[in-house]
Amino acid sequence: MNREEFQVQVEGLWKRFGHRVVLRNVSFHVARGETVAIIGPSGAGKSTLLRCLNGLCPFDAGIVRIGPHVLRPGKRPAPFATLRLIRQRLGMIFQDFQLFPHLTALQNIIEAPVHVNRMPRKEAEHRAMALLARVGMADRGDAYPRELSGGQKQRVAIARALAMEPFGLLCDEITSALDPELKAEVLAVLEDLRRDGMTLILVTHELGFAQRVADRVIVLADGEIIEDGPPHEVFAAPEHPRTLRFLEQVAL
Amino acid sequence: MSENAVSRPTIWGHATEFLNGLFAGRQVILLMVLGILPGFAFAEEMRPLRWAADAEGGAPYIFQDPADPHRVIGFEVDLAEALAKRLGRPIEWVQYDFMSLVAGLQRGDFDFAMNGLEVTPDRAKVVRFSRPYYVYTLQLVVRKDETRFQNLEELLALGGTVGTLEETAAQRLLEEMGFSPKLYGNQTEPYLDLELGRIDAVLMDLPIAVYFAKPNPKLKFLGEPMGEGYYAIAFRQEDEALAAEVDRALDSLIADGTLRKIYEKWGLWNEAQEKLTRAELTDVLAEARRRWTFRTYFPLLLQGAGVTTYLSVTSMAVAIVLGLPIALARLFGPWPLRWAAVAYVEFFRGIPVLLLLFFLYYGLPTVAEAYGLPVSLRLSPMAAAILGFGLNYAAYEAEIYRAGIRAIPAGQWEAAASLGMGRILTFRRIILPQAIRTILPPMTNDFIALFKDTSIVSIVAVVELTKQYQILAKSSLKYLEIGFVTAMLYLILAVPLGALSRHLEKRWGKGQ
Repeated sequence: MNREEFQVQVEGLWKRFGHRVVLRNVSFHVARGETVAIIGPSGAGKSTLLRCLNGLCPFDAGIVRIGPHVLRPGKRPAPFATLRLIRQRLGMIFQDFQLFPHLTALQNIIEAPVHVNRMPRKEAEHRAMALLARVGMADRGDAYPRELSGGQKQRVAIARALAMEPFGLLCDEITSALDPELKAEVLAVLEDLRRDGMTLILVTHELGFAQRVADRVIVLADGEIIEDGPPHEVFAAPEHPRTLRFLEQVAL
Repeated sequence: MSENAVSRPTIWGHATEFLNGLFAGRQVILLMVLGILPGFAFAEEMRPLRWAADAEGGAPYIFQDPADPHRVIGFEVDLAEALAKRLGRPIEWVQYDFMSLVAGLQRGDFDFAMNGLEVTPDRAKVVRFSRPYYVYTLQLVVRKDETRFQNLEELLALGGTVGTLEETAAQRLLEEMGFSPKLYGNQTEPYLDLELGRIDAVLMDLPIAVYFAKPNPKLKFLGEPMGEGYYAIAFRQEDEALAAEVDRALDSLIADGTLRKIYEKWGLWNEAQEKLTRAELTDVLAEARRRWTFRTYFPLLLQGAGVTTYLSVTSMAVAIVLGLPIALARLFGPWPLRWAAVAYVEFFRGIPVLLLLFFLYYGLPTVAEAYGLPVSLRLSPMAAAILGFGLNYAAYEAEIYRAGIRAIPAGQWEAAASLGMGRILTFRRIILPQAIRTILPPMTNDFIALFKDTSIVSIVAVVELTKQYQILAKSSLKYLEIGFVTAMLYLILAVPLGALSRHLEKRWGKGQ
C-alpha cells in the first residue's frame, strides 16, 4: 500500500475470551494523519482492540481494513504475507517496551529492516543512526536495553518501529510504566511524529495529552464505544453518563 | 570328562539367554527390574573374549569330544574355563586354522590365541605373549621295533626322515640339527605315517606324544624329552592391558594348583611344570607393581581419556542437535508431533542407558536378522555408544530447551511479530539467543554428567578412561595411585567445561 491509501477502518468488531465478551460491535475509522486517543476504564478492551488492528489478536466477527488489506474473523485474520505488509505499515509500541535484551539499541532497530525487508546492513545502520538522533538517542546506539532508563528504552522502541517506515503507529499505554519526568520525553517524540503526518492510535491514560494532541477521542467501556468525537466535545460535554463517571474517577 | 566339556556357547550361554529373553519382547519390564539391577556387575564384563584355537585333530589341547561331537574338550578348554572364571568374563572359542593364528590375531578376528603356541623369538616380535602356562618338551617317537638308532644324531647319520608339525619348535630344532623334516599340518598324520613306515621318527611336543603315540602299541617313546620351551597365550601387542589381566589370572591359577589339576587330569603334569610355580605369586605381583610405573600407565590412561572425550563430545553433539527439534515439536508442533515428542522424552528418559546400549549393540543385529531387514544394523561399539548416549541425552536436552524457550516472555514474540517477523525468524533471531542463556548452565551440567556416564560403555567393548583404570589397577594393584591420576584426568576435563560455560553465559547474556 502507499501512503495515500493508508487508513484504518473497523466495522462491527466482536471479540470473546471464552464466554466473556471483550469487544462488542466496535466500529470506527481513522483517517491518514489523524491522531486518535482511545481511553476508558481498565478492562474495557482497549489493548485488545489495538491488538486486533495488526493481527496480533484474532477476533470473532466484523472486519478490519488497513488501507487495501483486510483482516477477517477466525484463527488466522490474514495470510502471513498480508500480515507482514500490514505490520510494516502499522507499527506497534508496547507499555513494557519489549526491546530485544540481547541486542544493542542499534541492533534492535536494524533487526527487522535487515531480516524482514532484506535491507543491506550498512544502509540499515545508517538509517538507524538517523532515527536514534530523531528520538534524541544519537549517542546510545551501542547500549544494551538494561543500560537504558525507561524513557530511553521507549524512545528506542519507537525508533525500532519507525525503522520499518510505517504510516501509522499503535501505541499501547506507552507511558504508563514511566516516571512523570520520563513521560514527557516520550510524549514529545509522539508530538513530533504527529507533526510529520504519522497516523497515531493511542491507548492512553494521559488525558491531558489526549486533550491537547488528539484529533479525536474514543471512549471504550465494557467493550463498547460510548463516545467518539473531538477532545473538547468528549471532555467538556460527554454524551454518556459512564464517560462522566470515568472522567471523574481519573480526575481523582 | 564330559562334565568338563565346553560346548561352544556354554560360557556365553547365560548372557545370550538373557539377551534373547530380553529382546524377544516378553517380560521386558520384569527383566528390566530383575535382570539389569543384579546383572550390572555381570553385564559390565559381558562381552566375551574371543579365543582362537584349531580343534581339528587338536588333542589334547582342544578337540571334539568323541562322546559328543558338538562339544570340544581338551586341557586348553579347561584352562579357558578356569581363566574365564578368574577373569570374571566369558571366553568364547572360535575355530581357527593353526597356521593362521598369528595372522588372524593381528587382523583382529579374535582377542587371543591359545593353542600350544610355543614362545619363539620371531613370534615374540609380533605378538604379546602371556606368561607361560605350560612347559613343553619334545618327545621323539619311533616304531616299537625300531633298533637302528637310539637318538636323533644317529638317525641323522643314517639319513633317516623325521616328521613333525609345521611352524613349531620341533621343526626348527630339526632344521638346526641338519634334518630336512617332513612337515605336517596336523598332529595325527605324522604318527600314522610313522606306523606305516613312511618316516622313521616323529619329533613333536610331549602333550601330543602323550595323547597320540603313548596309547599306540605299535609306537614307543625313544629317549628323554628334549628341547624344553614354553606355551603362552598370544595377544596383540597393543592389547597390553588385557594381556596383563590374563597374566594375573594365570599367576593365580598356577599358585592355587588349579593348573596342576588340569594337567594331571590330562596326564600332562611332569616335573618340568614345577618351573611354572617357581616364581611365587607375591614375586609376580611385586614384579607387576614394578613394571607399572607412571610412565607406562599414564599413556594408556591418556588414551582412555581421549576415548572418553571423543565419546562425550560426539554424543553431546548428537543430543544437542536432536534435542532441539524434539523440544520444538513439543512446544509448537501439531498434536501428533507434540505427542511423539512427549513419548520420545518419556521413553528415553525412562529407560536405563545401559539397557539402551545393550539393545543397540547386541539387540539391533538380531532384530535386523529376525525381520530379514536388508541392512545388518551391526553397529561398531563406538557407534552404538555414541548413538545410545545421544538418544538418551537428547531427551534431557529437549526438556532443557523447552524450559529455556518457555522462559522467554510472550511479549518478545509479539514485539517481533509486530515488526513483521515470522515465527521461524523470530525464534532464530530473538527467542533462541535469549533462551541459550537459560539453557547453557543445565546443558553444561549434563555434559559433565555425560563425561562420567560414559564409563558404562565398557559393556559394549569400548575402553574409555574408567575401564582403562580398572584394567590398569587390576594388573598393577596400584588402585590408589592410578585412581588418583584417573580422577585428576576427569577433573582436568570437567573443570574447564564449567569455566567455559560460565564464560559463555557471560558473553551471551550481555543484554540481560
